[in-house]
Amino acid sequence: MKKIMSGNEAIARGAFEAGVKVAAAYPGTPSTEILETIAKEYKEIYAEWSPNEKVALEVTYGASMAGARAMACMKHVGVNVAADPFMTLSYVGVNGGLVLVTCDDPELYSSQNEQDNRHYARFAKVPMFEPSESQEAKDFIKLGYEVSEKFDTPVMVRSVTRISHAKGIVELQDPMTPPVPIEIKKDTAKYTMLPSFARVRHAFIEERFLRLKEFAEQFPGNRMEINDPTVGIISAGISYQYAKEVFPNYSYLKLGMVWPLPKNLIGEFFKKVKKVYIIEELDPFLEENIRAMGFKPKGGKDLFPICGELNPFLVEKGILGKKFKPPKPFFKEPLPPRPPNLCPGCPHRGVFHVLRKLKVFTSGDIGCYTLGAYPPLNVINSNICMGSSIGGAHGMAKALGEKGRGKIVGVIGDSTFLHAGVHPLMDVGYNKSYATIIILDNRTTGMTGHQEHPATGYTIRGEKTHRIDFVGLGRALGIENPRKLNPWNLEETERVIKEELDKDEPSLIISEGPCVLLRRAFKKYNKPLQVDSTKCIGCKTCVNLGCPAISYQLVEGEMAMTADGKKRKGIAFIESSLCPGCHLCYQVCKFEAIKSQEEKPIFGFETA
Amino acid sequence: MDQMTTNILVAGVGGQGVILASDIMSEVFMEAGYDVKKSEVHGMAMRGGIVTSHFRFGKKVYSPLIKQGEVDILFAFEQLEGLRWFNYLRPTGKILMNDNKVNPPAVNLGEMEYPKDIPEVIRSKFKSFYLIKGTEIALQLGDARAANVVLLGAISKFFEVNDDLWLKTILNYLPPKVHELNRKAFSTGRDQISQS
Repeated sequence: MKKIMSGNEAIARGAFEAGVKVAAAYPGTPSTEILETIAKEYKEIYAEWSPNEKVALEVTYGASMAGARAMACMKHVGVNVAADPFMTLSYVGVNGGLVLVTCDDPELYSSQNEQDNRHYARFAKVPMFEPSESQEAKDFIKLGYEVSEKFDTPVMVRSVTRISHAKGIVELQDPMTPPVPIEIKKDTAKYTMLPSFARVRHAFIEERFLRLKEFAEQFPGNRMEINDPTVGIISAGISYQYAKEVFPNYSYLKLGMVWPLPKNLIGEFFKKVKKVYIIEELDPFLEENIRAMGFKPKGGKDLFPICGELNPFLVEKGILGKKFKPPKPFFKEPLPPRPPNLCPGCPHRGVFHVLRKLKVFTSGDIGCYTLGAYPPLNVINSNICMGSSIGGAHGMAKALGEKGRGKIVGVIGDSTFLHAGVHPLMDVGYNKSYATIIILDNRTTGMTGHQEHPATGYTIRGEKTHRIDFVGLGRALGIENPRKLNPWNLEETERVIKEELDKDEPSLIISEGPCVLLRRAFKKYNKPLQVDSTKCIGCKTCVNLGCPAISYQLVEGEMAMTADGKKRKGIAFIESSLCPGCHLCYQVCKFEAIKSQEEKPIFGFETA
Repeated sequence: MDQMTTNILVAGVGGQGVILASDIMSEVFMEAGYDVKKSEVHGMAMRGGIVTSHFRFGKKVYSPLIKQGEVDILFAFEQLEGLRWFNYLRPTGKILMNDNKVNPPAVNLGEMEYPKDIPEVIRSKFKSFYLIKGTEIALQLGDARAANVVLLGAISKFFEVNDDLWLKTILNYLPPKVHELNRKAFSTGRDQISQS
């Protein structure tokens, strides 16, 4: 049977067909849909959202020791979090097959960097497969389990946004029964990395690596396509498809396994074609390793950019050089950009409005709320990785001393806090920071599209479970008096934040406002607000909340004056189809020009 | 370039149903016997950002991305987003645009103007231009959310694929209570092209 599948759906299908028993992940674009698909489609597999990628990988390590085939999935930067277990997992190897899926994000569609995770395969001395379309994504996952068990190694499968979020036709097969029995099997010297045992395993992985190199020479996914021999292209993954698109008649060495590399096969290819180009996205990973083997390609990263993703246009331009003629543009004027935005009614907006007003330094984190760095809010001042807001705020406070008192805030989402914020908050308590930490608790993992986490009260399959209490957790970590606030009530939000900033002790605020798109959290939305066009003076205070439902519109003639004769150039307008009625604009308007349609104005929502 | 492949670039704003529309087209053309590939970016685009979906079908499709200058049909759900990807068109290409405007943040803040007279600008340079009142038609039929089905009806007119296959595929994605509305949306959409 054939089905159209995204790369992520195909990876999930591959896990199912390979007989995977345990799959764990933390959501992260572009990897999220793998576990979502498993949870929805393949009930045979135990699936979980783990608190972070390190835990997810450790869960699969345990499952593998017990003989099960297991899969951990994460975005590229998630592998950094999981790198500690991963580097030593390479030493212990597997019992049941173990595949780590890394989904890289060239072009940074939704990430803080565009690191190239092929380096991890080399770093950890493990094999890496790289599919070039959905069908291969499924095939390589299944192959990954065979290789993992045969060579006693974790296997990496690398996807990128244009594999994970592209769709193609996939041929479906039936699931298989894996060969390894599931049981408790003790093998202390293999699984316990004491120095004396680990030395032995280090020698093992060096020997394993030699065998993997031999395997790479025979692996059918590394294939030569000899056509026109004047030009040969070495490529892998999505770059191969771009190159085939623009140069279908050239010769190819298509690598399905990008680590270790097949030296003999590469040598053979260099003999068969006249000049060789290496086409790859991001770093010159293939190129540097192939050059180090002593081969001399005609071109590589001198022709194709390191930054950003490739596409057929860039591949053609790189190969043709001066002969390349770009299409003539029909239109050249600059257009207004359309950056992503906090939604109308977003609970983060109220907190950000207050932080902007208080002119504090806001150490930010990873999530929707990072968008608060954009105008008109301009409130997030820093952000590097999951959990960094808290350590960053604490470090600044210690450096600034008295100079920074009352001016340093860290903001972090609920899911991000549980992922990597607990330890830094422990540090804030332990080392007596004055930084004020705000958990923006929107009761979900927002940016990736509403995944559960340990404080939502539900598992990935929607079963009810224990729900972490942030106040209790904060107290246990050394924050004596954690506070809560309703972020849609600006008076309360400002008062609580000010009081906490003034305190000479570690402070934690929990902003309790569910993501406005999380339907189950709301009993109902409110009626949309309206602008009274006789009163609005066009001061833009509401417009500067950055709510997509509010716009500023120029007025002329009779309209250029309020009912009581004040001149104005424009007025605010609220698009009622977009407004969920949070009433923030109502609260900031000093001219009573924004009207509530409720009997009594409601600051926020009736939440469930 | 393989002329056997047809390239459709679907462009719009998060929430307009761009991805659903390209999902539906992929299934229709797979069922009609073609190789298909498509690519889009999810994630941040949900929050009111730009959404594009590259959709390609043909005998054998390699790249999931369309090369700049090789779009056969620019399928725009919003005017500014149509203009933004204008330069991706092949000189012989077509534009099918929803007559709808969604202000980007800089326009809402009064810092930039929404580009004026987009349909006229496009028409002055391109003969094959179809402006469809998708949102307006859907509203008249009872639900603005059916706009993307009106637009799918319009684009379906460009291909020799059975309209029953289109309709069957579309309705598969929708709950039964809105089937009647969407049947009407689809056929009204198809009528827009014969009238153009």
